[in-house]
Amino acid sequence: MANSVKESQEPKSYYQGGLHLLQKELMTEYFDQMTRAAEGAGPPAVYLLISGNPVELIRAFDLLPVFPEINALQIAVKHQSLPFIQKAEEVGYSTDNCAYVKADVGLWYQGGQAPMAKVPKPDLLLTNYVGCNVYLHWWEHLRDLSHAPIFDIDIPFIRTADGEPREEDITYVVRQLEELIPVFENISGKKFDPDKLAQVMEYSKETGELWAQIKRMTVNRPSPFDAYFDAVTMMGPLYTLRGTIEGRDFFREVLKMVEETRRQGQGPLPEEKFRLVVEGPPPWPNLRIFRDMFARWGAVFVASSYSTVGGLWEFGFSHDPSDPLRSVAMHMLKWNLTNRNFLQRYQQLKSYVDEWGADGLVIHSVKSCRLFSAGQGDMREYFARQVGVPTLLVESDLEDPRYFSKAQMRTRIDAFMESLEHHKLVGSGR
Amino acid sequence: MATTTSGIQEAENLSEVVNGLRNLFEDPDFQAVAEIKKLSGKPVVGHFPVYSPTELIYAAGIHPIGVVGAGNQIEIAHADSRFQSFVCSVIKSTLELGFTDRLQNFEGMLFHSICDPARNLASVFKRNFPDQWIEYIHFPQNMLTEGSLDYLESEYRRILMRLEELSGKKVPNEDVNEAIGKYNRARRLMRDLYQFRREHPDILTTKELYTLVRAGHILSIDDHIELLEKAKILVNKKTPHSRDHIKVILVGSFCEQPPLDLIFSMEEAGMDVLDDDFLLGRRWFTEDVPENGDGIRNLAESYRDRSVMAAVKHDSRRQKGEELVERVRKFEADAVIVSVAKFCEPGLFDYALYRKALIEAGIPHLFVEFEEKMWLFDKIQTEIETFVESLLLD
Repeated sequence: MANSVKESQEPKSYYQGGLHLLQKELMTEYFDQMTRAAEGAGPPAVYLLISGNPVELIRAFDLLPVFPEINALQIAVKHQSLPFIQKAEEVGYSTDNCAYVKADVGLWYQGGQAPMAKVPKPDLLLTNYVGCNVYLHWWEHLRDLSHAPIFDIDIPFIRTADGEPREEDITYVVRQLEELIPVFENISGKKFDPDKLAQVMEYSKETGELWAQIKRMTVNRPSPFDAYFDAVTMMGPLYTLRGTIEGRDFFREVLKMVEETRRQGQGPLPEEKFRLVVEGPPPWPNLRIFRDMFARWGAVFVASSYSTVGGLWEFGFSHDPSDPLRSVAMHMLKWNLTNRNFLQRYQQLKSYVDEWGADGLVIHSVKSCRLFSAGQGDMREYFARQVGVPTLLVESDLEDPRYFSKAQMRTRIDAFMESLEHHKLVGSGR
Repeated sequence: MATTTSGIQEAENLSEVVNGLRNLFEDPDFQAVAEIKKLSGKPVVGHFPVYSPTELIYAAGIHPIGVVGAGNQIEIAHADSRFQSFVCSVIKSTLELGFTDRLQNFEGMLFHSICDPARNLASVFKRNFPDQWIEYIHFPQNMLTEGSLDYLESEYRRILMRLEELSGKKVPNEDVNEAIGKYNRARRLMRDLYQFRREHPDILTTKELYTLVRAGHILSIDDHIELLEKAKILVNKKTPHSRDHIKVILVGSFCEQPPLDLIFSMEEAGMDVLDDDFLLGRRWFTEDVPENGDGIRNLAESYRDRSVMAAVKHDSRRQKGEELVERVRKFEADAVIVSVAKFCEPGLFDYALYRKALIEAGIPHLFVEFEEKMWLFDKIQTEIETFVESLLLD
């Protein structure tokens, strides 16, 4: 079957026009702000991390949020990550260290000049330690390089049987956020304005609710967009512009577009033959190639765990303007993927498989991010043996192009899709 | 003293003691644990590295056993399908111990927030061994707020309550303080022995010191204290012999451990180790935990303010690179050996910090990567020999 499909006739994925154009416009403006800040004509820059990010507090002081993860992935998408990674390896970073960190360190040594922007130096390093242990190392290294002030927000991991944060955890996080406010006042030179924060929270609340509605649209057949490859496009504005009017308007617009696509019974591919769930971050250096490997089989991702790293709005979270600090604390503690334990992730994926009606699960295991990957063999065992869902595990990386083997990747994906097709034919699928 | 260590009191010299101990921790079947369990009648909880509050386990009437994988003693046949090739060995060998029924004498396992694979391992244990008591401690990483003390105190109370459920023993504060007193005593003895080796690395070798410390991962605290006291007496009976070695500080081996024979080979290659962080020397803290007052609060405070630093703790009040340089100067070491387990991301990250600081300070260093499952040590030995020669002939 695989060989009978001629490459020239293969359906190629396409990035749904409006959504991607709109996103590009907004992100270009965001990157221009970064460049202006780097040139001394912008607000102070606060570095923070994607997982459960508390960007609302930064927006409430008109500070510029800078996400080194976004910078790193942008560099990778533009196929320029390797020289940055190699620069970091020259100064002692191991081939086995997270390549996001290495690309960022390499960027530092290149004076912050990235393909899409010049990255400003940090005025504050805000470590939102939400699950990922590498975050702590990364910011420790940025502190060593930049000598910028650092503030660690320690978020206790979900570790009890009920899967909830403890009341003591919440008190602890709220207290740290209270202690962060004077730090922001100091950096921004602005007095804390509770009304301004409430307004930011209102925008965030609506943005999160819109995003949740958009994410839920993929339960439709066909799915109106790809919950992996198109969702990552929306994640940029979700983090960089959440809490702003521009961010909210973007999601209002996207919801309209997605609704229209659904009304017309369309999807990202000419025909949706397979519905898949995907776990793990994408291979940014080979995003299009990877997407096409599934597109040629008519496979659409209807849900992805990666798109919930920043927040789990689709499972009921919404920012609460009436109790902002507690609400931000709950976002960081409970309502994101990375602060939940590995078995909670199994359950999230299982609910995607069941409720979104998926034919199979693809685990993209990336070497860089052990938060995601360490133990995914056990996850495969759980889904393939215990749940009984066809499951494919493939390995590459989110930043380092050296770990993507095109031929091998394609062979494995083709073999998996052939077996799914067989399942469908003989009716043994789910 | 339990039968596992009988004969130590009669021993005439240190090598006799040390040779009798290595089987305690190199035995993947944990026969000593079965024996200790039979004699004490206590349940057993294994603790994965690092910073485990063993005092609480002990106070709850449970025997704490340090579980640091299986070294080079078993073949990994099952766990490597659960954890990928780029995950360090200690994660896989610890899981393999479970899969091969070698943890049957353990009622539970305790993990900590030291790195992403260790955290996911706690979940994988929970799923694959549903009848076992599995717990996970999240250590705070914001050292500037008083809130982290309140938090860690509550976390320790939660763990103690879970331990009480396991042993059926209600633990009053006096028992926590008594445990702290005992562990303080052992830590003092270990600090003394570390000090002794710093002054006489030819008399107390690193292989011997390591064995004495590592035995504490298996022995009861009382037996360990007795062992360390005996060792203190015996080291003074050994005669010094001078050798052409360089003086080094070794860092990076706080979690996964090199095989004992590799430690020996490294030493023989020409280095006198003035300080190391193998298992953090089981020292955990730089000074005693207060023995009066609220024991749990004191343990929390000690973690925050008195920890021996490791790559898995982040304290924005401190600079790891600078501290290492200061330590080199204080101990008058010639060089630093950064010895990191393969795929150990925290250790590898710290290496980049150390490298920068050491180069800036003009201190020579050598980076070596090891794996617990190694059998051949020639490569590392040659690297160290060459490094030592280059310094001696400089």
